[in-house]
Amino acid sequence: FYLFILIIKTYFFFGFGQSAELDIVISDAETRRTAEHKTEDGKKDKYLVFYDGETVSGKVTVTLKTPGKRLEHYGIKLEFVGQIELYYDRGNRHEFVSLVKDLAHAGELSCSQTFDFEFAHVEKPYESYTGQNVKLRYFLRATLGRRLNDITKENEIVVHTLCTYPELNSSLKMEVGIEDCLHIEFEYNKSKYHLKDVIVGKIYFLLVRIKIKHMEIDIIKRETTGSGPSVYHENDTIAKYEIMDGAPVRGESIPIRLFLAGYELAPTMKDINKKFSVRYYLNLVLIDEEERRYFKQQEITLWRKGDIVKRSMSQQATIAAQRFEGSRAANSSAKEDSS
Amino acid sequence: MSESTVADTRRLNSKPQDLTDAYGPPSNFLEIDVYDPQTIGVGRNRFTTYEVRMRTNLPIFKLKESCVRRRYSDFEWLKNELERDSKIVVPPLPGKALKRQLPFRGDEGIFEESFIEERRVGLEQFINRIAGHPLAQNERCLHMFLQEESIDRNYIPGKV
Repeated sequence: FYLFILIIKTYFFFGFGQSAELDIVISDAETRRTAEHKTEDGKKDKYLVFYDGETVSGKVTVTLKTPGKRLEHYGIKLEFVGQIELYYDRGNRHEFVSLVKDLAHAGELSCSQTFDFEFAHVEKPYESYTGQNVKLRYFLRATLGRRLNDITKENEIVVHTLCTYPELNSSLKMEVGIEDCLHIEFEYNKSKYHLKDVIVGKIYFLLVRIKIKHMEIDIIKRETTGSGPSVYHENDTIAKYEIMDGAPVRGESIPIRLFLAGYELAPTMKDINKKFSVRYYLNLVLIDEEERRYFKQQEITLWRKGDIVKRSMSQQATIAAQRFEGSRAANSSAKEDSS
Repeated sequence: MSESTVADTRRLNSKPQDLTDAYGPPSNFLEIDVYDPQTIGVGRNRFTTYEVRMRTNLPIFKLKESCVRRRYSDFEWLKNELERDSKIVVPPLPGKALKRQLPFRGDEGIFEESFIEERRVGLEQFINRIAGHPLAQNERCLHMFLQEESIDRNYIPGKV
């Protein structure tokens, strides 16, 4: 009677569970930097960061649950995949990068085994992105082929795309208004900002005939998915920053100094694989006493700067002193002009 | 371009403000008072009028000061004209109070003091919100309502 129970127990344990476990370990995981990336349901997870052209290497380990029991398989392979997934069209995942390495031909494993792999200088053209309607991700997928169900394991990585300072970075300056009511001139010091940059600008009031209560700057992210007739925009206000409280008068100039490092921003993505775009806009909003809103939207380009070597304290002091000297000279020459 | 770990946050250069602009009178002065309710007539032909006084320095208004008498139906007329001709979302008027106009009430109905005061406040809020709207300021009906002695319901609607 007891022997019968024991046989039943062993059958449940081995027959219904996975007979082997796959594990993917990336070789420089200890030294490589990590980044927090949002998952589809809003949770944040840490992933290893890779850049375009970097080699992805490591080991795949197959661990047998019952050592001694042979494991038959139809082959073991490892894929490196870069994929775009539109949430409304989940059946069609578009792979823009797909590399395969065969780790083992069909056969038998009698004990746990480890396989080395290396994908040399892998092209990673786009940055990883998890958005409202679309997801772009890179991952390694190990597959052990079996008769009924394959055993798979995925290991996701995050890719960052880096840029250097753009050659052309003109300021954004414009005069806008409502006829005979409100005329303003706004200026932002650049049109392309890196993710830890500062937006420096000013709003100059040429004519004010409405009762303004306050003014703010919003950063808006617009995710565009689809093409042709079925284009879909999703707007998200990332930041709201009040720059003025109270009623301005003609001739007044309001400064803007908005530090981007405090917000969750990612680089501008334009027409990624013809599937989606992520663009950023600065929205200048004036609110009057009756809660009426007057606004002007302006697109900016965000880019990711590579890390630079930290300079010594004396080097930084020299740079700061040079800038101070430069501005003092400019001020004194301006005074001469006006006198 | 030199890269630096210290961000450049200097203000952009701007023109110094003229002192007459800085300390001069604001060019957005607009105040409208709705007050002095008077009930005119007898019996069932009574109605209440309110004084609508406007003071402004906005150039779009021909008169810098005006004072007219208006009744609730005049406000309703203005609301309808603006809803039809202008693209703005017109704020609501205080209620029509039809229930108060039914007979056999214990109180004075629509001529009750507290009701008139409530309505006065609502009408004052309404007209101030409308008159400050740049798009409403373009409509002839608003200028006629605020600055002409009587409302000509056969006027030609249009922009100022």
